[in-house]
Parts: sequence; structure tokens; C-alpha cells
Amino acid sequence: MTEYSIERIREQFPILNQQVNNRPLVYLDNAASNQKPNAVVDCISNYYTSYHANIHRGAHHLAQLATEAYENARTIIANHLNAHREEIIFTYGTTDGINLVAQTWGRKNLKQGDRIVISGLEHHSNLVPWQMVAEENGCIIDIIPVLSDGTLDMAVYDQLLEKKPKLVAVNQVSNSLGTVNPIGEIISKAKNINACVLIDGAQAVSHFEVDVKQLDCDFYVFSGHKIYGPTGIGVLYGKKAILEAMPAWRGGGEMIKSVSYQSFSVNELPYKFEAGTPNIADGIALGRAIEFVNSLGLNAIRAHENLLTKTATQRLLEVPGMRLIGTAAEKTSVISFLIDGLHPYDVGTLLDQLGVAVRTGHHCTEPLMNALGIPGTIRASFACYNTLKEVDIFIEAVKKASQMLS
Amino acid sequence: MTIEQRQQEIIEEFALFDDWMQKYEHIIELGKELPVISAEYKTDDNIIKGCQSRVWLHAEMLNSGVVHFTADSDAIITKGMIAMMIRVLSDQAPEDIASADLHFVNEIGLHQHLSPTRSNGLLSMIKQMKFYSLAFQAKNNG
Ligand SMILES: Cc1ncc(COP(=O)(O)O)c(C=O)c1O
Repeated sequence: MTEYSIERIREQFPILNQQVNNRPLVYLDNAASNQKPNAVVDCISNYYTSYHANIHRGAHHLAQLATEAYENARTIIANHLNAHREEIIFTYGTTDGINLVAQTWGRKNLKQGDRIVISGLEHHSNLVPWQMVAEENGCIIDIIPVLSDGTLDMAVYDQLLEKKPKLVAVNQVSNSLGTVNPIGEIISKAKNINACVLIDGAQAVSHFEVDVKQLDCDFYVFSGHKIYGPTGIGVLYGKKAILEAMPAWRGGGEMIKSVSYQSFSVNELPYKFEAGTPNIADGIALGRAIEFVNSLGLNAIRAHENLLTKTATQRLLEVPGMRLIGTAAEKTSVISFLIDGLHPYDVGTLLDQLGVAVRTGHHCTEPLMNALGIPGTIRASFACYNTLKEVDIFIEAVKKASQMLS
Repeated sequence: MTIEQRQQEIIEEFALFDDWMQKYEHIIELGKELPVISAEYKTDDNIIKGCQSRVWLHAEMLNSGVVHFTADSDAIITKGMIAMMIRVLSDQAPEDIASADLHFVNEIGLHQHLSPTRSNGLLSMIKQMKFYSLAFQAKNNG
């Protein structure tokens, strides 16, 4: 590994080099979506300028190139997760992957009175799809409560497992607070009672190596746009035997083996779950994004982000009335906070005037905000390309905003 | 003063500021000065939903035939914007409110606060102000 060169990394993200409201942009909304390196942008443009064609069907040269590139991306992703390529289903994103599982595995296997365990840290996209199935099939959803530091109450989790849930669906990392959940323990305990486990890895993949075989989860989902890849593409990993037993969801081209007016038979994995012409360009570019991340090394990225997060957290405490929301020992590069007496929206508006992009609001976790008794938070989140100088600008901006509003 | 005259007045006021900070300091000041809405109107019925900052709006028709608005928000910048809306639209004839073009927001460089992506409730508040005015107007004519 060469030294972590922030200049060299930033050169690969030209979007960062711009002025917002006459100030240099400081992009700290990475947990919502991080920016794309040239390699990813060029990959998309190269696809459309040199070898675009529909895949898996044409016998011609371009169709073959496009198919190879798309399937090669699937292999890159499979290797990255330590999965087999038939276990990698391309989706539109995390939300799409969870809905796929809910509408196929869920509708088939979750029956009247069955219990589903999710955590109090879930994004709406790992709650609403289960509510939809639960409503239709008469299931009960149990919530692992969140403690005041933003960690899960694992004692209650143990109690919930005594009720023999059929499914445990939790995120690896909380998008609102950055808490890293003990998914190793969550999965192994769920496996002891033969519950199916889905892990929402949306907030984890840009920080941690993921080995689905070692984790032993049944499903793992994430979005391309949170790992320096494009929007509109994501991944669902599922254990082969489970995917095979699952009914197909969307019907159409690609997903069938043969069709007559009387019936159809479904294609083999992974195509069974990929009806229609897929998002070819973004699939290929997601493979490229994963190569980008691996070229820096996730451990090196995490070490850099940890330095930024630690520094920023300490310095934020200089601001009068500062209240950190989520103080788990294990966190990613997310800092959620409130300032006494100030509304997050006001702080966010003034930070934007100062060129600093943060997210304010409930971060698609309304039930969590209600449980914490707050209207939302201000959330800053760091990525591989942020700098200590940007931490400085951020802290000064928070101080300025807080002064103006008090 | 007509709605147009009040808008001109605000535009002139803002012309005095030469940077965004003075502008926002002024908005924050306006927010602090906005008369408090009486508790009986700060109800869930009067809340404008789906916003990051909550907005409460109450409208009543005065005997003189004008519509009187009171409003509040939990965010101070939103409240400052509300104060300006009320200054422009309150105590005007319902038909004038319903047809008002609030160009001053653009001219003082705050159009982004009325963007639907802001979800600060202002846009919904203006819609609601016009809706109340139309309703009062219909009642008057009815
Ligand atoms: C933990 C978590 N789950 C799910 C999602 C939804 O991802 P997407 O909108 O890409 O489908 C997000 C995105 O914010 C997230 O952070």
C-alpha cells in the first residue's frame, strides 16, 4: 500500500472543486450519497460511446462486449462479497432489493401470526416493505429498542428471539447515527433459532469489507451510489438455495426460460430476478466503483475517515449547547448533532450559505427520531476524499451559524 | 398599502444589505419579532404537514372584509420568511391575496426558500393562504 494521498484522491473527484454560494464546496452529505471518481464517470461514458448494446441476446459483437462487461461486474461484486456470481442479483438499489425479498420470500414464507424482528435504527426502506407484507399476511413486527447512546438493546433482542421470529432484518450501520451494529452476534443468534436474516448494508459497504459467507446472513443488500458508484443500481445477495426456492417477482424478458400462452418457466439464477433490459451502464460502473474502493483499501479509507470523525467530534464540543446524537463506541464517519434551542433546518440553511453541505431532518428514520424525542438532527458524514481542512471549515461554519441564530 | 406596495417596501429594505449574512441576520430578526400566535390556534389542525420545519397558520375574515393571518414555525428562518409573507398578504382583500404574485421573494434573492425541495413548509403555507382567501371570497359571494 502506498501512502494515503488525499490530493491524488481529490483529483479524481472534479465535482469537489467548485464554489457554492461563493465559497469552496465542503461536501459532508456522504451518507446520503457519495461522489463519483472519474473512473466511474468515464466507465459510463465509455460504455455509451464504444460498446452499448442490449445484453444476453444479440449474437453480434457489441452485444457480446456489453454482456461480458456486465457479467464481469457481477463477478467483481461477487468476489468483493465472497459470494458466487449466481447469488448476485442486480437491483435498482437497497430499497428495491428489500422490496424484492419482501414480495417474494416474505409473501411466501411469512404467515399469519409470524413475527418479524427489525431494529429501531432502520431506514424507512427496511421497515415499510415489511409493514406491507405484515399487513397482507397478518404478521407482527417487533422492534429492537435503541438505547440513549444510539446502540441496540441486545438484551431485548434476546427476548424477542424467544418468540421465534421467522425473519430478522437489520442494518449493519445506522444511516442517522452511524452506529455500527453487532451483526455477527445478531446473525448467529438468529441462526440458532433458524430465523432468516436480511442485512441492509447501505451504510456499511463504503467503510467495511463484507464477507457474506463468514457473516452467514441469508440476504445482504446495498446501493451503488453509496459506494462511489452510480445511482439506479444496487445489489441483492442471497444464499443460492434460498434464491432458488423463492418465487420470481417481476415478469418479462430475461427472467424466463420458455413461455407459452399457457405457462412460463423461470430462468436460472441470477436472471430469474432480473426481468427486462437491466441498467447495463450503471452495473458495469458499479464494478468499477468497487475496484476504485479496493485500490484505496477499505482499511485505509476507514482510518482516514476515523481521523476526520474524531477530530470533528472533539471540536464540535467547543460549540455551546452542542448535543451529539449517537455516541456508540463503534461508529462510521457520521456525526449527528443538535444545538440547544436551534432548529436543525436553520443550522443547515446557514451551513449551506457557508458552502458546507450537510443533511438535516429525520433522515428517513421518523420512528427513531420520535423514540429519541427529537425533530431530526444535523448530520455531517465524511468520505475518503474529505480533508482536515474541511473539518476546520465545517467547525467554523457551525460556530458562525450558531452565533447568528442565538 | 397594496400588496404590490408592501412588496416594493421589502425589496427596498433588502437592497441595503450587501452580503448574505446581513440578509439572514435581518430575516432572523424578523422571525424573532413575529407576533406569537395564540395557543388556541397552534393546533394540529392548523399545522402544515410534511415539512422539516413545522408551520402553523390561522386565518380569519375581519368585519372590514380583509383576511387576517397569524402564523408560527419552530424554525427561525422559516419564521422570518413567514413574517414577510404575513406583512405582504395579511389584512388584504381575499381576491387580492388569491391572485397575488409574490415576486419579492425572487428579487431579494431568497427564491430557494420557496423551492418544493426545501420542505420548509413555506410553499404549502402560501398555497394555504390563497386557499383560505378563495374560501372566504366564495362565502362572501355566496
Ligand atoms: C441504511 C439505509 N438503508 C436503506 C437506504 C435506502 O437506499 P436507497 O435509497 O439507495 O434505496 C439508505 C439510504 O439512505 C440507508 O442509509
